[in-house]
Amino acid sequence: MFEFSRYLGKLKRDLYKARKVSISIASVTVFQGIAHHVKSRVFSLFSPLLSSIRDLAPIILVIAFFQIFVLQQSIPDLGRLLIGTLFVAVGLALFIRGLETGLFPIGESMAYAFARKGNLAWLIAFAFALGFGTTIAEPALIAVAGEAAKVAAEAGVITDNDESRSSYALGLRITVAVSVGIAIVAGVWRILKGWPIHYLIIGGYVGIVTMTAFAPKEIIGIAYDSGGVTTSTITVPLVTALGVGLASSIKGRNPMVDGFGLIAFASLTPMIFVMAYGMFF
Amino acid sequence: MELFLHLLDTGLTTLKDVLPIAVIIFGFQLLVIRRPIPNIKKTLIGFCYVLIGLALFLVGLEEALFPIGKLMAQQLTHPEFIQTGITQSTKLIQWHDYKWVYLFAFTIGFATTIAEPSLIAVAMKAHSVSGGAIGVWGLRVAVGLGVAFGIALGAFRIVTGTPLHYYIIVGYVVVVFQTFYAPRLIVALAYDSGGVTTSTVTVPLVAALGLGLASTVPGRSPLVDGFGLVAFASLFPIMTVMGFAQVAEWRNRKSKRHRSEQGD
Repeated sequence: MFEFSRYLGKLKRDLYKARKVSISIASVTVFQGIAHHVKSRVFSLFSPLLSSIRDLAPIILVIAFFQIFVLQQSIPDLGRLLIGTLFVAVGLALFIRGLETGLFPIGESMAYAFARKGNLAWLIAFAFALGFGTTIAEPALIAVAGEAAKVAAEAGVITDNDESRSSYALGLRITVAVSVGIAIVAGVWRILKGWPIHYLIIGGYVGIVTMTAFAPKEIIGIAYDSGGVTTSTITVPLVTALGVGLASSIKGRNPMVDGFGLIAFASLTPMIFVMAYGMFF
Repeated sequence: MELFLHLLDTGLTTLKDVLPIAVIIFGFQLLVIRRPIPNIKKTLIGFCYVLIGLALFLVGLEEALFPIGKLMAQQLTHPEFIQTGITQSTKLIQWHDYKWVYLFAFTIGFATTIAEPSLIAVAMKAHSVSGGAIGVWGLRVAVGLGVAFGIALGAFRIVTGTPLHYYIIVGYVVVVFQTFYAPRLIVALAYDSGGVTTSTVTVPLVAALGLGLASTVPGRSPLVDGFGLVAFASLFPIMTVMGFAQVAEWRNRKSKRHRSEQGD
C-alpha cells in the first residue's frame, strides 16, 4: 500500500515536471496509440466480415439481376433477405475463424501423433471411424436416402409402406457410411504407401461405369448424387487436415501430391456402393 | 422470436452433427494417443466458433437465400414464363427456349460455389501447403467456373432428356486424359475439388432447379430426371482445375522459352 502511494507520488511529480515540455507530444502519442488500438480491434472484427460479404456478393448479384431484369419482379420481403444475408456473412466469418483455431490444428496434430506413434491399426481404425461417424448422421444423406426409398417403393422394388421404406433408407445410409469409412482408410493407406492417386481414381471410375451397366435405372441418378452429399462442411476441413498432416509428417511424401485426395475417395465409393445396394435389395 | 427459435433449433441440429465427430476425435485423443491436446482451450473455442458460425450460416440461408432462390428456380422453369419468350408460330417449346434457365444455372452455380465454406477451407489449406503458389481465389474461381458449366449442362440434359450416364462417362474419359497431361502437383487437389463443391449452399438451390425443371418440362419425371445435377457439379470442377493448371504451366514454359531465346 505504502509502496503504491509512494509510486503514485513519484509519478505525479514526474508528470508535473514533464508536463510543460511534452504534454502535447504525450497526448498525441497516447491518442495515436488508442486510435491504432481501436482501429486494429475494429479491423480484426470487421475484416473477416467484409471478406465474407465479398464471398456472398455474387449470390446477391445473381438473385438481384434475375429478379429485376428477367423475372421483372420486386424482391419480396427485403428486410428478411437482408437479415438473413447478415446472418450468413457473420456465420461464415465465425466458421472460418473456427477452422483456423480449431478444426485445422486438431486434424493436423492428430495426424502427427499417429505418425509418431507408428501404430498402423489405430490409424486405420481412426480413419474408418472418422469416415463412418461423420457420414451416418449427415442430414443431406438422410434426405437422399429417404428420396431413394420413395423411388424404390414406386418402382416396386420394395413394398410401399412406411416400415419397409424406412428400413430401406436406413440400410442405404449404413451402406454409404461404411463406403466413406472404407474410402478414408484407402486414402490414408495410399498416403502411407505413396501410391499415385490417379490409378485408384481411374479404378473407381471403371467400377462406377461397370456398375452403371448393371444397376437398376431408378437408382443411377441417386447413386451419382450421393457421392456429392457425403462430404459435409465439418468433415472436409478435418479430413483435409488429416491427409496433409500425414503426408507432411512421413518422410518422402509431398503434402501437395500425397496429402490431398481423401475427399475424392469419399465422394467416389458411395456411388459404387449405392448402385450395389440398388442391385441387391 | 420465430427467428430465435429457428436459430436455436438449427444450433441443436448442428450440435448433433458435430457431436459424433467430437466424440471420435476426443475419444481417440484420450484413449489411444493419450496425450493432452495442444492448446486445448483455443481448440475448444475454435469448435464453438465452427458450431455457432455454421448455425448462423444455415439459418441465414434458410431464412433468406433458399426461399428466394427456390422461388426463382420455379418461376424460371414455369411453362408460362418459357412461353413468353417464344416468338415462332409453331408454339412448340424447344431446348433453346430455356436460355434464361441455363444462364441462371451457370451464374447461380458459380455464385454459390464461391460462398461454399468447405471449398474455402480446402483453398486455404492448398494455399498454405503450396507455399502460396496456388491462390485461394484462383482455385475458388476455377472450381466455380467448373460448377457453373456443369450445372448449366445438367439443366440442358434435363431439358433434352438425354441419359445421365453418357455425360458422366464422357466426363470421366476427359478427366483421365487430362490426368496424364496435367502437372502432378495439381492432380490430387483437382480430384478433391470435385467433392467439396457440393455441400451446404449449392445442393439445395441446385436440387430445386433440377426438380423444377424435371417436373415442368413435358415428358420428364422428377424421379428419374430430377437428379444428376449434383453429379455434374462434382465432375466439371476436376476438369477446370486441371485445365487452369495446364494453361498456367503452358504459359510459364512459353515465357521461359521466350526468355531463353532472347538470352541467346
